[in-house]
Amino acid sequence: MSSGKVTTLTEAIARFVHDGHTVYLAGFTHAIPFAAGHEIIRQRRRNLILARATPDLICDQMIAAGCARKLIFSWGGNPGVGSLRAFRRAVERGELEIEEYTHFAMLSRLAAGASGLPFFPLRSLLGSDLPGVNPQIRTIRCPFTGEELAAVPSLRPDVTVVHAQRADAEGNVQIWGIVGDQREAAFAASRVIACVEEVVDELVVANDPNRTMVPGEVVSAVVAVPFGAHPSYVQGYYDRDNQFYIEWDGVTATPDGYAAWLDAWVHGVRDRQEYAARLGQGRLAQLQTPTRYTAPVNYGTFS
Amino acid sequence: MPWTPAEMMVVAAARRLRDEERVLVGIGLPNLAANLALRSHAPRLTMVYEAGVVGARPRRLPLSIGDPCLVEGARAVLAMHELFSWYLQGGRVDTGFLEAAQVDRFGNLNSTVIGAYNRPKVRLPGSGGACDIALLARRTLIMMPHRTERFPERVDFITSPGCTARRCLSWAGGGPEAVITDLGVLEFDTEGEMYLAAVHPGVDEAKVLAQTGWPLRCAQRIAETPPPTPEELTVLRDLDPAGVHLRRGR
Repeated sequence: MSSGKVTTLTEAIARFVHDGHTVYLAGFTHAIPFAAGHEIIRQRRRNLILARATPDLICDQMIAAGCARKLIFSWGGNPGVGSLRAFRRAVERGELEIEEYTHFAMLSRLAAGASGLPFFPLRSLLGSDLPGVNPQIRTIRCPFTGEELAAVPSLRPDVTVVHAQRADAEGNVQIWGIVGDQREAAFAASRVIACVEEVVDELVVANDPNRTMVPGEVVSAVVAVPFGAHPSYVQGYYDRDNQFYIEWDGVTATPDGYAAWLDAWVHGVRDRQEYAARLGQGRLAQLQTPTRYTAPVNYGTFS
Repeated sequence: MPWTPAEMMVVAAARRLRDEERVLVGIGLPNLAANLALRSHAPRLTMVYEAGVVGARPRRLPLSIGDPCLVEGARAVLAMHELFSWYLQGGRVDTGFLEAAQVDRFGNLNSTVIGAYNRPKVRLPGSGGACDIALLARRTLIMMPHRTERFPERVDFITSPGCTARRCLSWAGGGPEAVITDLGVLEFDTEGEMYLAAVHPGVDEAKVLAQTGWPLRCAQRIAETPPPTPEELTVLRDLDPAGVHLRRGR
């Protein structure tokens, strides 16, 4: 009955994420796999190529911790607040290799990877200075109309990590709310680690298959990590910790600030459970949102 | 009711959005202005967010453009690639609404670096969806505070093409229509060059020229923006009571 995919985050990272890997942590603002990123830091992975449309705080933390040699991205800021300071420092000092796209191009790269295509065409990028600094952005002439389009190569991460509301033991992952880049990033990868708030019975999934965004076929490991996306959010489970994002700017004003934060919140805890305990019941309770169910849908029964 | 130049900028930008149009809302000041428009003169505005949300009606102002409050009450949530492919590239966005670190004489936007790309003085977040939006929306509105260093004759890096580069692209959208600042409103002539179209109350032309990095041309008759109404100010202050969003506009 069990496929043996259900495991701990410690084991999943140890088994699937290796030095030098291209790692895609999925999730656009919603359901960012922070717990997985922290475990990668704790296990001291090095020379990773981090790929993420919006590096967000998680890549900033991994860069500060020395995990990354390169970042492939399209928007490297603290949303609504300002800069990612470790990312910014590393780039300004020439310490981090970058490969930069637009969101549409980054998602097109994943779509090509997921589709088994070598590249993806799009109407964008041309006229900007991005092709001049990124030789991976090229042009292609349409064989039917003759028009010139931009083309970007497929992206095939060694490992993609998604975080979601729930999955069954086979790794059929159900997501609602903002889906972002999660489906393309999962289908494009060689291995997928699915972190979820809850591992549920297979019938919960089978009764509502439209909500399955990543089927178990492409998932290698399933890990229950309640609160694993904090300080980002999980629709229906907990709110975005906007205060954390605003305060992060001050916490990281100096390299010492980063080191102290990583010592306390990553190296200083064994796992996400200890992290949540350190945040405290009060903070967690503040992030709980009132329940709001949608109307049930009728799938029918067919025999 | 007294108001600040940053508030005037947000109000003036919000007024340019039309009821019933579809606007792709960028992060920062456009997010504030679009939400003001929805709550004042444009209740049937379709706010589209690059996160994949179509027809958002957030009850609170989202800090980021992927907040959970955008999903509650929205008409649809698409995957991001679907949003960019089918909605934006498919020609379904009337207005792209952007902010940038720099804008130049021809409406090119920079949100990538100050200084050289490989040796940046300041590394900025980068395009996100901005380049895609600038190239594919039917028109683009830009808002940013008016400072000389943010209005150079030539931007340090073209993140999002303005009027000139786009001309070679048969498929591109309409390009920049206006830049709304805390001093006034700038529009583009048929050659794609920016000119001063309006000043906000209390601002004179000389101040605008002094804070622009090239000899800015002016309309024959420069209009004056009507001041913010008490209703507009009330809605705006309710949206951002702590001033988190407006602080960056000062």
